[in-house]
Amino acid sequence: MDMQKVDAIIEKYNKDETALLAVLQDIQAEKNYLPREAMERVAEIMEVPFSRVSSLATFFSSFSLEPRGEHIVTICMGTACHVRGAPLVLKEVERELGIANGETTSDLKFTIETVNCVGACALGPLVIIDENYHGNISTSEVEEMLEQYQNPSKQEG
Amino acid sequence: MTAKFEQKPVIKVGLGTCGIAAGAKEIEKILRKKIEENSVEIDVTPTGCIGMCHREPMIEYRDKDGQVFFYGDLNPKKMEIIFDRHLLKGQPMTKLSMDLENKEEASGAFLEKQTRICLRNCGVINPESIDEYIEKGGYEGLKKALKKGEDWIVDEVEKSGLRGRGGAGFPTALKWKFTRREEAEKKYLICNADEGDPGAFMDRSVLESDPHNLLEGMVIAAYAIGSNDGYIYCRAEYPLAIKRLRIAIEQAVEHNFLGDNICGTDFSFQLKIKEGAGAFVCGEETALMASIEGKRGMPRPRPPYPAQSGLWGYPTNINNVETLSNIAWIMVNGGEKFAAVGTEKSKGTKVFALAGKIKRGGLAEVPMGITIKEIVEDVAGGSSSRYPIKAVQIGGPSGGCIPVELFDTIIDYDEINKTGAIMGSGGLVVMDASACMVDVARFFLSFTKDESCGKCTFCRIGTTRMLEILEKICDGKGTEKSLEELEFLAHKVQNTSLCGLGQTAPNPVLTTLKYFKEEYEAHIKQKKCPAGSCKALITFKIIKDNCTGCNSCKINCPTSAISGIAKKAGSFSIDQEKCIKCGICKDVCRFDAVITE
Ligand SMILES: Cc1cc2nc3c(=O)[nH]c(=O)nc-3n(C[C@H](O)[C@H](O)[C@H](O)COP(=O)(O)O)c2cc1C
Ligand code: FES
Repeated sequence: MDMQKVDAIIEKYNKDETALLAVLQDIQAEKNYLPREAMERVAEIMEVPFSRVSSLATFFSSFSLEPRGEHIVTICMGTACHVRGAPLVLKEVERELGIANGETTSDLKFTIETVNCVGACALGPLVIIDENYHGNISTSEVEEMLEQYQNPSKQEG
Repeated sequence: MTAKFEQKPVIKVGLGTCGIAAGAKEIEKILRKKIEENSVEIDVTPTGCIGMCHREPMIEYRDKDGQVFFYGDLNPKKMEIIFDRHLLKGQPMTKLSMDLENKEEASGAFLEKQTRICLRNCGVINPESIDEYIEKGGYEGLKKALKKGEDWIVDEVEKSGLRGRGGAGFPTALKWKFTRREEAEKKYLICNADEGDPGAFMDRSVLESDPHNLLEGMVIAAYAIGSNDGYIYCRAEYPLAIKRLRIAIEQAVEHNFLGDNICGTDFSFQLKIKEGAGAFVCGEETALMASIEGKRGMPRPRPPYPAQSGLWGYPTNINNVETLSNIAWIMVNGGEKFAAVGTEKSKGTKVFALAGKIKRGGLAEVPMGITIKEIVEDVAGGSSSRYPIKAVQIGGPSGGCIPVELFDTIIDYDEINKTGAIMGSGGLVVMDASACMVDVARFFLSFTKDESCGKCTFCRIGTTRMLEILEKICDGKGTEKSLEELEFLAHKVQNTSLCGLGQTAPNPVLTTLKYFKEEYEAHIKQKKCPAGSCKALITFKIIKDNCTGCNSCKINCPTSAISGIAKKAGSFSIDQEKCIKCGICKDVCRFDAVITE
């Protein structure tokens, strides 16, 4: 990744060590994951051991150390979604995309992730694709929901 | 031109996360388009969540005479019809609109048993407008508090009997006194908006719908304890909440309710937002502070308590969002008025996030002392499925399951503790007979196992072993000894963990063992899942008498496991060899013909 972007992000926080978490969040927002070189760069410029950077990147579940797909399919596995059938929805998404939770399709199109509650429990089971919330999803609707992203031409609002 | 007594009509669109998830943005788009096409004068403003998540997307329409109408369960088509008929031609569609005053009606019943203090502005005002907040009496509490002084503030909070809403129920005034009496060059005030309980969304709703109410409470608290610096630690899964908080902070600074020399006094308070990064344990106060300091969010032993040595070693006061959102109201109305609501030891109201198998899911603020039954039956409207309600899970991963036989238990910190569950932060997930309680225990344990930070051995490995046992039971491989082992480990994990995560992680297992032992035994002895939920122990079957031959299961089956002749009732059956138990057939069948055994 282009290191200038990393430098700019670090600069934004005045190299403040306590902003390490925010720096990593911003890099991930930019790149969709945390490339190793970027993490090394952060350690170097912010003058902290690489182990410190890596300890944060591996502790918090929102960070990914591997490239993620163009579309992130996030399935809510919170309590409310769970009792309304989220595990079945996850299985169905996995089957449709042919990958397991946490994996990315070989064409780098989709990544499946899970999250513990996004706070829209009354509409569970909930699937979030990129920034779009799909509420009350049932297993039989999974295929159609994913299709919108497979064929961008069909995608509408 | 409109006559003098007429006002410009306004439409408020419920644009909280739940509204958006239900499609409210689409509704807003249609409204704006239609207004432009017809060149009518109607304002469209966003509002937060009124709590009726089950009726989203929702709008509130105030016509030129000031009459108010609510429409819920909208979809694009319905919205267009309502627009043409009501907004254009002025014919209210009484059959579609919701009468919030009418207790006989669903939405009226939902609101009837509620007392709104913390949520008083939610879904009423535009959360991105400080003017609307001020119009509702906002920041009056702060002005009064600044005038009356620190002692008075703490006194009022003490009189109110307010206890921490973050889970443990610690008296708020007492906590403030601890930080207040410390002598230090710097003190911090932190608002805990991590809301980690997976099935709870009270704090999110307050943040999204009435952020100024929280800010006002924080400034008052900061003034009382003598802090000039504060943080709101908000989980990153709440992007909309963070956005609205940022807007609110900016506006509050502009209006001099935050920042330097607040309201012309010599008191200053700077507030920053810190985003979490997806770790449940960061809701624990010492882990939260470590995370703000830029470290791994791992708890440390207490004492020293945050009040003595908190963020960067300075005295720190941490309160939950809901706790702080009651403060402004208490300042304006007095502590006694707050204490008039509730029970002897639990004063005021509690916000619950109602979810699960109920008709009316959403957010409800109820007076303490109400029974669980009233919440489930009257507020939430009872079961949404054809199965009866079996239990509620209260308190999230630290809480437990309360069976229907104990639904007369009242909402009160101590009464709920007696059942083995905890009040927690307000997540209330209702389960019907189709929920397997062993699976529920397994679910929570897999959550705590994943979220354990790994510092304490029993929390790290004990929860893993417990999860393995529960998985074995769910797979029909449990033995007589499994339950003994489970209980043994549960007590060990409880007693040897440093923080609340481990100390309470076994609660969901222990309460289900206590109240639903027969379900565990059915899995172990008869190798059956009575709720029909554990995949390894069930098979999908088609009941010939109910089958109409509609063919939809066959079309939708992803593995072509279903055979049958279309339109021939009762001719359908499932090939168990091919069946992957995905549940689609049961999901699409409109005649209850697909069952699990
Ligand atoms: C594992 C764990 C998770 C917690 N998560 C939260 C949380 O998400 N929100 C919260 O307000 N308190 C949470 N708490 C409680 C906090 O440690 C703390 O008691 C609370 O923020 C104090 O605020 P209050 O006195 O206003 O309730 C958690 C505690 C533990 C042990
Ligand atoms: S449990 Fe899925 S949104 Fe809360």
